[in-house]
Amino acid sequence: MTLPQDKACSCDSGIAKSPDIIFSGQSANDVCCGPSPGPRSSGLEKPGYVLCGFVAEFIETPAGPVPRVKRTLDRSDIRETVMVRMGFNRNQYRVTPGLYCIGTPDHTSPVLVSANYKLSFDALRGALKRNHAWILVLDTRGINVWCAAGKGTFSTAEIVRQVQASRVEKVVSHRTLILPQLSATGVAAHQVRKQCGFKVAWGPIRATDIETYIKRGHKSDTAMRKVTFTLWERFVLVPVEITLHLKYLLWFLMIAFALSGIGPGIFSFLQAWQRGWVALAAGVAGIFAGVVVVPILLPWLPGKPFFIKGTLPGGLTAMGIIFLYRHMVGTLEAGALILFITATSSYLAMNFTGSTPFTSPSGVEKEMRMAIPAQAGAILLAAGLWIGAAFALV
Amino acid sequence: MDDFRYIDEVTTLTLDESTCIGCGMCLAVCPHGVFDLQEQKAKIIDRNGCMECGACALNCPVAALSVNPGVGCAAYIIQSWIKGKENASCGDGGCC
Repeated sequence: MTLPQDKACSCDSGIAKSPDIIFSGQSANDVCCGPSPGPRSSGLEKPGYVLCGFVAEFIETPAGPVPRVKRTLDRSDIRETVMVRMGFNRNQYRVTPGLYCIGTPDHTSPVLVSANYKLSFDALRGALKRNHAWILVLDTRGINVWCAAGKGTFSTAEIVRQVQASRVEKVVSHRTLILPQLSATGVAAHQVRKQCGFKVAWGPIRATDIETYIKRGHKSDTAMRKVTFTLWERFVLVPVEITLHLKYLLWFLMIAFALSGIGPGIFSFLQAWQRGWVALAAGVAGIFAGVVVVPILLPWLPGKPFFIKGTLPGGLTAMGIIFLYRHMVGTLEAGALILFITATSSYLAMNFTGSTPFTSPSGVEKEMRMAIPAQAGAILLAAGLWIGAAFALV
Repeated sequence: MDDFRYIDEVTTLTLDESTCIGCGMCLAVCPHGVFDLQEQKAKIIDRNGCMECGACALNCPVAALSVNPGVGCAAYIIQSWIKGKENASCGDGGCC
């Protein structure tokens, strides 16, 4: 290799150095700068653009070049999925809207419509093992299909706009769009046809059913049309729930530390420090019960309203905490712990309604009107007992 | 979904059978199998399965269905109390 960098650089380890060191004019060294360079930039790349890792190449169509996407997820896709599932970069995990293809589609191939949340897009391309298809990605602002339909970004207007912008009518000779069934909350099929001439066929709910749906001549069976909420589907929601609730734990800690220090001597840092640890354990226990135990055990927890479902895991976790700290927890404090952890778990369980696919707004509103006063009362009472216990010791 | 049942007798879903033309669109979009088609008319066969997502009413070509649509989400309900239903959104919860 005779590139200037290779001649000029003198790094003595395998670690790549920054450009200003590379051009510092020191003596040549053949073993420098790590492994040998990879292949030349592919002809697909353009200055100012980043080539997406999931694009294999571009094909020419009457509507211009269209990226062909890979059917399998790369290691980087999987790594990003794990990060997003843990709550990192979740609101910026997007695919550029527009027309894509998979396999070698022609003018008779189906057009599948998807959201531009990359988890949704990856679920679709990963499920297309054999079929050749066009994929029309809407600008749903990086939101998944169902939520986007509820928020109005996966809408009739957006479909019409994207069909026209991508000139889908030049690419296919038929006039049918296959939509994920859950987008029906935001899309009126008869309006799509009226406004852009494309008929809507309601596809399955889950991307994994899409090939069966196509094979059966664009037909869903009853099972494909119904949402599920399996143990795995609930489990994958847990990490993001934990991440999102950690910030509340910080607020709770500050308040709990302040309350724990109040006593006969007005405020004692030593007392705050000692009791603060128990309070921290209570906060962690409440969150654990509400956002880990409740989602996982959901179908087996007693009660239909979620605020009731949250009480049993909360109560049991509270018992565990009291047992763990039995040498430093009196009767009043035990009462405070039971009230606080149970109320927190109950509230967080109620918050989980939004992550489930079967709760109605009328039902959630009804249970919230009942539960919030009780939960707030329990937490205030817990705070009172917690402070009172410090005085009772004297 | 039969092992997941939410609070009964709360849904705002109504079906006007005299207007219904029996196109079956509500059966195709409902994620909970609330409807069935009997004698060329839609019938509500599992009323308490309804989660008020609004897909059926939006897709009914003759407006025979009506529901007060929304998201069954506590964060959304709190926002609807504060900001009003039009401006409510789920925000940064684990949900939407």
